Amino acid sequence: MDNQELGRRRFLGYVLAASTLTVAAQLGEGADRADAAVPSLPEPADLYDLNDLLTDAALPTANLITITLNPDGTASFALPRAEVGQGITTSTAMIIAEELDLPLDKVHVSLADARPELLFNQLTGGSNTTISTYTPIRVAAATARHRLLEAAAAELGAPLAALSVLQGVITAADGRSLSYAELAVKAGSLTDLQVSVTLKPASAFTVIGTPQNRIDALEAVTGRKQFAMDVQVPGAMPAMICRPPTINGTVVAVQNLAAVRAMPGITDVAVVSTGVAVRGRTFGQCIDAVRALQVSWGPGSEDRASDATVLAELRAAENPLVTPPLPLLTAAVDARFTFHFASNSALETNCAVADVRPGSAEIWASVKAPLVAQAEVAARLGLPVGAVTVHVTQGGGSFGRKLFHDAALEAAEVSQAMGKPVRLMWHRTDDFRHGRVHPMSTSRVRATYSLGQVLTMDQRHTSVATEFGHGLGDAITALAAKLPVGGLTFAETIFSLTQQTPYNFGVTTQLLTEVDNGFHTGSMRNIYSPNVRCAQELVVDRLAAAMGQDAYRFRRRFLKDPRAVAVLDKVAQVGNWGRAMAPGTGQGIALHPEYHGFVAVLAEIDCTPATVNRQVPDAVTGPRVTKVVCAVDVGLAVNPKGLEAQMTGGIMDAIAVTLTSSLHLAGGTFQEGSWDNYFYTRQWNTPPELEIIVMPPTTGTPGGAGELAVAGAMAAVACAYGRATGTMPTSFPVNHDAPPAFTPLPTVPPVPQSPTDGISRAY
Amino acid sequence: MPQHTFTLNGEQVTVDVEDDVRLLWVLRDILGVTGPKYGCGLGVCQACTSHLNGKAVNLCCVPVGRLKATDQVTTIEGLPATVGKPLHPMQEAWLEQDVPQCGYCQPGQIMTAVAKVLQARAAGHQLTDADFDQIRNICRCGTYHRIREAILSAQDKF
Repeated sequence: MDNQELGRRRFLGYVLAASTLTVAAQLGEGADRADAAVPSLPEPADLYDLNDLLTDAALPTANLITITLNPDGTASFALPRAEVGQGITTSTAMIIAEELDLPLDKVHVSLADARPELLFNQLTGGSNTTISTYTPIRVAAATARHRLLEAAAAELGAPLAALSVLQGVITAADGRSLSYAELAVKAGSLTDLQVSVTLKPASAFTVIGTPQNRIDALEAVTGRKQFAMDVQVPGAMPAMICRPPTINGTVVAVQNLAAVRAMPGITDVAVVSTGVAVRGRTFGQCIDAVRALQVSWGPGSEDRASDATVLAELRAAENPLVTPPLPLLTAAVDARFTFHFASNSALETNCAVADVRPGSAEIWASVKAPLVAQAEVAARLGLPVGAVTVHVTQGGGSFGRKLFHDAALEAAEVSQAMGKPVRLMWHRTDDFRHGRVHPMSTSRVRATYSLGQVLTMDQRHTSVATEFGHGLGDAITALAAKLPVGGLTFAETIFSLTQQTPYNFGVTTQLLTEVDNGFHTGSMRNIYSPNVRCAQELVVDRLAAAMGQDAYRFRRRFLKDPRAVAVLDKVAQVGNWGRAMAPGTGQGIALHPEYHGFVAVLAEIDCTPATVNRQVPDAVTGPRVTKVVCAVDVGLAVNPKGLEAQMTGGIMDAIAVTLTSSLHLAGGTFQEGSWDNYFYTRQWNTPPELEIIVMPPTTGTPGGAGELAVAGAMAAVACAYGRATGTMPTSFPVNHDAPPAFTPLPTVPPVPQSPTDGISRAY
Repeated sequence: MPQHTFTLNGEQVTVDVEDDVRLLWVLRDILGVTGPKYGCGLGVCQACTSHLNGKAVNLCCVPVGRLKATDQVTTIEGLPATVGKPLHPMQEAWLEQDVPQCGYCQPGQIMTAVAKVLQARAAGHQLTDADFDQIRNICRCGTYHRIREAILSAQDKF
């Protein structure tokens, strides 16, 4: 053991009794304090029966994450998180490869089934995966490496200190060597053992911090990557739901059940809690059946609601900004912003496979809170939690959507009602109209300034309620007494734990008020931050202008953290901040701190008529973001290439929510029903120039990345739009109130028929 | 029930199914070919894009009854064989640029990209901004920039 190692902190790992080397570490142990929004909390909650807890806690592997070294020299690890495109299977494989000294392609990472004994430590959210799992996974891998070295020392008759490890091969001083494959079984243990290990110093890293391609890229580009609807479960035939014309509408009566049951391919039709379920040989025939159903619908929960009524409700609920009389020489900037409903629909619609039998159930779905899914499915079916198995499949995007498991619950109910396995999938139109939405909100911001200083900044955010019934809520509730905020509601707690002002603006307050629980809501690649930051950064631009200062230098002067200054400087320099811009075009610059990281974004936008009026069929072209430069510091980027991808995706989301994509509510239903109605960023909106700069490690520990870029980029694009047009935007997306760019699809029948003209449109 | 015969990824297949069932469901639900994805069923998102006789089509918009026995359907699974390689150069470019994130749209993106390159080549030009504006495939992860880079790097390689 060298001196450097002596000085390093030791961690406890475990060698488990198994036929091949199997190592483990306590999830949560030794990890840095998890991101405040998602504490790792091994405490029981009422969604999990105490008896189940006691039984599972008695298992020798309770709360452990386990790496298995296979006899072929590869390592396997089941990650207790959901991969939905954010790249955590790749970064996890990198962490294992690093600490185990094994080539990356010999590390296999799969997704763990729901493991109730992990309690709240199986939730994917709040960009928390790498923050919470980084150290435990390293400890497990280091334990395996240590055990392999011990086995090699015994086999080779050489002192452990004289052995070296490279790429899964252990070599003695005399040149004799053994591979991990040769040692995997010998290094196994007949009993559970505790082992004390140290971790590699960052200076010895050869994998962590290097750009790596995704480990599942080959499967993705060959079509072999399996999503929930690709899993072949015997007898699980396609199923769909005929849904109500308005949100939360209910089935009163079905006029033609028998006729629909007799339609080609259809095997079953059943009324369930969310509508009328059909099961058939193909999804196409399910669509036909859904369209043929004649249903009398009862009213929904928001039948009289429209954008205007919800906005009025928000305005009425706004927490007043009380203005004390301003002292002499003090002035104020005052602004109000509106953020419309938006959809977190992924490209993979809500879907799940369910096989419910008498006394047991098995679910396959991409869910980020599998423990809550398991508990709720059990409750819905009247089964004990232990009788429900939840397999976490690869997810086709999430953006907040898969924190909920609406389709898993529905599939379970339908399978039980029909007594048959089902492969349930939502139609795209349903996914927009009945799926989760990001709530409409308003943000009022007031800042006062005097003699070159900002004295106060107050922000009052008022929002349609965000649902948190997915486990995050239970984790926070259980921890409430220990949180540094007392007496707040759950949503207010989340708000206060996630929203921050990166600037020294004197007395700063940010408060949340919520209204209206009649909508299906959820977070959308961030809960509040994009809207809150966008409002605040627009006011920062106003303050800078009012105080006669450059927007970049003004921000720089007031920033609290040197890491924030560094990313801001980087984008200003690389993006050529302040360069002469043609009329109708402009730059914007903004900063966002969150998840133990900082991101700065410089955006350029073209709002000239020639660009805004560009014609693409069935599209909103509008202002074009022509250049984005983004600098990101997450403390330590495990995989800089994956981090770049996350920043890029966040920027595309930000462009959409700033300029083009929103839901229009009218008569209790959202009007959008297709991707040609809901204008998410497309090729024609993509910035021609895009540069992501990953900053060198600063803190040495990884921060969160999945959501970080959206807020910074939204603010930068909005600020650029304000500068290009000469008018600060106050309603988002900016085209929301323009004449509709599409004709809404009918609500009865709830889904449109597929076109038949594919061949004539071939190219 | 009507029988339909066509060539799928180089092999002749015959299925018993009603004429109006769209090819996407025939492939996914009956033949178990799951590379083409469902994203809308409306010919909008392009996630099911595959090739019919070498041209890009949305499988969700093609009733199986419209196929002739001589028709060649190629999905992402059959794309490499069209160039006689383990991977099509477009797939190689996708790997080089590390394009995919969740990967759900990528089979459709790649099939679209190959068809757009061939279409431009037949018209005697390289891909232009106007061609990219015609690529309608949704990528909700926002990989558009890398898709662009990958197509530009692969367009002369097949």
